[in-house]
Amino acid sequence: MNKLRTGAFHSGMILLSLLWLGPVIWVVVMSTRSFDDIAAHGVGSLPRSFTLDTYRQAWTDGGELRALINSMLVTVPSVALSLGLAAMAAFALSRFRIPGRRTILLLMLAGNLLPPQILLIPVAKFSELTGLYDTLWALIAVQVGFGLGFYTFVLHGFMRDLPGEIQEAATIDGAGTAQIFTKVMLPLTRPALAALGALSFTWIFNDLLWAITVLRTDDNMPVTPALLGLQGQFVSSWNVIAAGTVIAAVPTVAVFLRFQRHFVSGLALGAVK
Amino acid sequence: MTATISTTSVTPTWRRRRSARLSPLLVAFVLVPFAVESVWVFWPALQGFWFSLTRWDGMSPPAFVGTDNYVELAGDATFRGALVNTVIWLVLFGGLSVLGGFGMALVLQKERRGVGFYRAALFTPVVFSLVVTALVWRVFYQPDGIADTLLRAVGLEQLIRPWLADPQTALYAVILPALWRQIGYVMVLFLAGLKAIDPALHEAARMDGANSWQRLRHVTIPQLRGVNAVVLSVIVIDSLRSFDIVWSLTKGGPYHSSELLSTYMYSTAFQSLRLGYASAIAVVIFVLALAVILGYLVRAFREEA
Repeated sequence: MNKLRTGAFHSGMILLSLLWLGPVIWVVVMSTRSFDDIAAHGVGSLPRSFTLDTYRQAWTDGGELRALINSMLVTVPSVALSLGLAAMAAFALSRFRIPGRRTILLLMLAGNLLPPQILLIPVAKFSELTGLYDTLWALIAVQVGFGLGFYTFVLHGFMRDLPGEIQEAATIDGAGTAQIFTKVMLPLTRPALAALGALSFTWIFNDLLWAITVLRTDDNMPVTPALLGLQGQFVSSWNVIAAGTVIAAVPTVAVFLRFQRHFVSGLALGAVK
Repeated sequence: MTATISTTSVTPTWRRRRSARLSPLLVAFVLVPFAVESVWVFWPALQGFWFSLTRWDGMSPPAFVGTDNYVELAGDATFRGALVNTVIWLVLFGGLSVLGGFGMALVLQKERRGVGFYRAALFTPVVFSLVVTALVWRVFYQPDGIADTLLRAVGLEQLIRPWLADPQTALYAVILPALWRQIGYVMVLFLAGLKAIDPALHEAARMDGANSWQRLRHVTIPQLRGVNAVVLSVIVIDSLRSFDIVWSLTKGGPYHSSELLSTYMYSTAFQSLRLGYASAIAVVIFVLALAVILGYLVRAFREEA
C-alpha cells in the first residue's frame, strides 16, 4: 500500500515536472535546429538537424550582444544604487529615533505598491523634460526610485531585529554614525542584502514595461524588450528566436543558480515576517 | 486606546529633544532615498491623478476637462471588456495560482527522495522574464506546434485552432503561461509558511484523532493566516499589474479579446497618444488596487508598532 502511494506520488510528480521543464527543453532543442528542418517538419516535430549558427545570428544580426550590454549597464548600477540607498534609509529609520520614522517607512512602501500604470505617463513626460528620455539613465533612475520602498521595508525589518548591544559597543569605542553603518551594520545585514540583490537583479533584468516606457531607440533596448523586437525581425525563423530566448534567459538562470539559497529565502522574506 | 493616549502625551517631549541631536548624516540617510522616491514615484503619482482630469495629446499643454474622461470610460465598450477580462484574470490567474501553489506546497512539504528536484522543476520558470515565458509558449501554440501535435496524437484534431488568434481562446491561452510561471512562486511562499508551523500542533491534533483533512482544515490553514494575507496581496497586485505576458503574446488582441486594463492603458497612452484618457484608466487600476494596498499597509503598520 505504502509502495503504491510512493509510486503514484513519483509518477505524478515526474509528469508534472515534465510539464514544467518540457517547454523549456523544447525551446533549447529548437534553438539548435536548422531553418530548413523547421520549415519542412514544423516546430512540433523532433529535431533532425544540429546547428549553432542560430546563436551567431541572434547574437550579432539580431543585436542580442548590444541588448545584453544595455541590460547589464542598467541592472548592475540599479541594483547597487537601490540597495545602497535602501540600506541607508533602513539603517537610519530602524536604529535611531527619527521623528515620523514609521510614517516615512510606510509611505515609501506604499510607493512601491502603486500600480506602475499610474506613473507611466508622468515618468515618460518627466524624463523628456529632463532630457533623460531614451537614455539608460532614465531607466536606472526609475528602477531605483520604484524599487526603493520595498527594499527599505525589508532591510528595515532585518536591521531592527539585530541586537542593540553591538551598536552601543561600537559607539563606546568611539565609532561615528558613518562607521557604525559601514563597518558594523552593513556586514551584519549581508544575508538580507544578498537575498534582495539576487531578487532585484532578476526583477530589473526581466523588466519590460519601464523599458518600453522611457526608451524608444532599438539600440538602447535591454534584452527583455529587445527579444520582442527580435521576434519581429526573424518572423518565421523560430530557431533564431529560440536561440535569442535562451540567451536572454541565461543571465537570470545563472544568478539564480549562484545565489539559489538567498534567492528562495528572499522570496520568503516578505511572506513569513 | 490607552496606548494612543500615552504616545500622544509622551512623544512630543523626546521628539523635540531627539530631533535637536540628529546628526546631519542621519537626516541625509533618510532624505536622499526619500527624495529619489519622491521625484520618480510620489510626484508622478500625483501628476497622474491630475492628468486624468485633462485632455492631452502630449504635444500641446494638457487642457482641463473635469470628469469628462471618466464619463467617457463609462460608455466605452473596450474599457468594459478590459475590465471584465481583468476580473477574469484576477479570478483564474489569482485563484488557480493560489490553489496550485498551495497544493504543490502541501504535496512537496515533506523532505523525501526526489522532492528537491520536483520543487526546482516547478520553480524554474520563476526566474525567466515574462517575455521569455511568452516566447516559450508561442512555440507551444504555433500552428503545428506542440499543442497541435499533442492533440493530433490523441485524436482530438477537431479542437485545433489558432489559439492566440481566436478571440474565443486568446485570453485563456495567455493565462496558461502566466499560471505556469506563477505557481512555483506561490509554492515557495507557502513552503516557507508551512515550515514555520510548529510540528507539535499536528502531533497534538493527531493524538486527538483528527484525520488528515481535519488537520489541514483546522491546524494548517489557520496557522498560515499570515502567509495567506501576503500571498493574497501579492496575487491581487500582480494580477492588476499584469502586462508583459499579454503584451508579448497578443498585445490585447484579437479585437481586444485579451485586453486587460493595463494593456488598454498602455496602448491608449503610447499608441493613440490620448494621455488624459489613459491616465483615467490608470486611476481606475489604482482604485481597484487600493483596498489591497491599504490592507497590506495596515498589516505592515501593525508589525512595525
